[in-house]
Amino acid sequence: MATKRAQSIWEFLIERWILLNGIACIVLVILIFLFLLREGASAFRFTSLKDFLWGQNWYPVSDPPRFGVLPLILGSLLVTLGALLISIPLGIGSAIFISEVAPSRIRDWLKSGVELLAAIPSIVIGFIGMTVLAPWIKDLFDLPTGLTALTGSITLAFMAMPTIVSITEDALTAVPISYREASLALGATRWQTIYRVVVPSAASGILAAVMLGVGRAIGETMAVMMVTGNAAVIPQSFLQPVRTLTATIAAEMGETVHQSPHYFALFAIGIVLFVITYLINVSAGFVIHRGKKI
Amino acid sequence: MKDTDEALFPSDRIQERLGKNPRAGGQRFRLPPQITERIAFVLLLMAALTILLPVVIILGVILAQGLPAIRWDFLTEAPRMGMKEGGIFPAIVGTFYLVLGTILFALPLGVFAAIYLTEYSRENFLTRWIRLAIFNLAGVPSVVYGLFGLGLFVIFLKMGASILAGSLTLAMMILPVIITASEEALLAVPQSFREASLALGATRWQTIWKVVLPNALPGILTGAILGIGRAAGETAPILFTVAAFYLPQLPRSIFDQAMALPYHLYVISTQIPNVRMETKAGTALVLLLLVLGMNLAAIVIRSRFRRRKKW
Repeated sequence: MATKRAQSIWEFLIERWILLNGIACIVLVILIFLFLLREGASAFRFTSLKDFLWGQNWYPVSDPPRFGVLPLILGSLLVTLGALLISIPLGIGSAIFISEVAPSRIRDWLKSGVELLAAIPSIVIGFIGMTVLAPWIKDLFDLPTGLTALTGSITLAFMAMPTIVSITEDALTAVPISYREASLALGATRWQTIYRVVVPSAASGILAAVMLGVGRAIGETMAVMMVTGNAAVIPQSFLQPVRTLTATIAAEMGETVHQSPHYFALFAIGIVLFVITYLINVSAGFVIHRGKKI
Repeated sequence: MKDTDEALFPSDRIQERLGKNPRAGGQRFRLPPQITERIAFVLLLMAALTILLPVVIILGVILAQGLPAIRWDFLTEAPRMGMKEGGIFPAIVGTFYLVLGTILFALPLGVFAAIYLTEYSRENFLTRWIRLAIFNLAGVPSVVYGLFGLGLFVIFLKMGASILAGSLTLAMMILPVIITASEEALLAVPQSFREASLALGATRWQTIWKVVLPNALPGILTGAILGIGRAAGETAPILFTVAAFYLPQLPRSIFDQAMALPYHLYVISTQIPNVRMETKAGTALVLLLLVLGMNLAAIVIRSRFRRRKKW
């Protein structure tokens, strides 16, 4: 009897413990936001929100310091835009090839290749971007430096690709086989079936894949920092050095004094990043969710 | 007349919607669909090959340039001469400690959270929020995890830059990977296993502990190893939470700073001029072997388990 009682207490405790671990995930998201807010909000004792988001000069250590993150936001957007222009056609194209066209043997090889690309640490990709890609860009466009927005975009494109490919592929695989059969039975070719039937049916999943790819690209830090040249100016073209939000945090946090205006400002950049990626994720989740219902 | 036409040739309408008018008699030139298909498939193949190109380049360059650096003393000595000479032993050890700490924190939390989601709850308000939270955690940029670790562990909890703070930060980051993999593994255990155990009078927890978890173990392990691989390669989260620029002696406790392979690669390739390419590529090679080795191990476990699976 006593053991039975002990048993049920044990069951009760373990159940609570497990519930607690589940809730911990929610707590963690809130904690991340709170700590960014706690440190980042102090930045606005030294600068107004408007000067922060709209200011065109990022001189964190001048006197008085200027904390305008507009060049950094535009830098992030430019590099991400370039990455998307490359990775959307290539990524969706490969996903279609992998899921609809390739014979199963080649499909397995390609999928392993994509997994391999996803597994390579960003610092290693950055290293290759710096030592192989940047000199090549420099020579190709006859530039003073190869560390440019374009170099960053190409690097990022390949880092966002695994996300885009695998989620697009999932979306394509989820299209019922009967759709394809119906189309083929009506005399459409495989390609007609793919672009008139399969791709439109998977559209919401593909959109979500692109959005998550954007999130991945905006948040990427090390590789981008190593290949974009890190000049905090409003970017005018793809062929000049730019600096992103992420690179600014990573490059400068090490040199700041704890609780200095610069330190707070870097946390405020963290808030901007968190909010951007959060919005992208939530809307991507929404798109996926809605796509599933239909 | 039109009606009978449609009745006779139901596929005409489809053909029209596909952009062709079968009876138009070639007023506009169009490639035959078979040729269009050929061209499209070749383009798609090229897209797929372009994705593999960087993999080949990265592996090729790093193997070719880095392999000559891999000697016994490179792996077992501390860096010397302002990190231009010597080896990378402290960085290897540091990464090993970090990964060990990370998995100690992340595995129990992740597995229990997954158990909650699959075994102890129905789909309700709370589980939806938990899933949303996990989905969002997976999308938080790694450098933001670094800031969070700095704010919470290093400063607020006064751990300082230490292996403990770094491991905790990395653990938070790989949590989504572990939860998702564990959840999949738990869901793959057939419902009948649970029913059989419960029918024999086992409690819910006994069923999970003795029946469900052992059967889900390979899947959970796969997720854990993938998570470790990710943690071993990340740089941004450890920048402000643990990584030491140069620390030739090994860390003695979890409150010490440590060198780490990815950060060391960052330092010698961007912060210190004129480090030999061989040294840099050698460091990258060791890191790459470590990370890809983990991924390979995960794939092997997964495929062996799939073959062994009897249900």
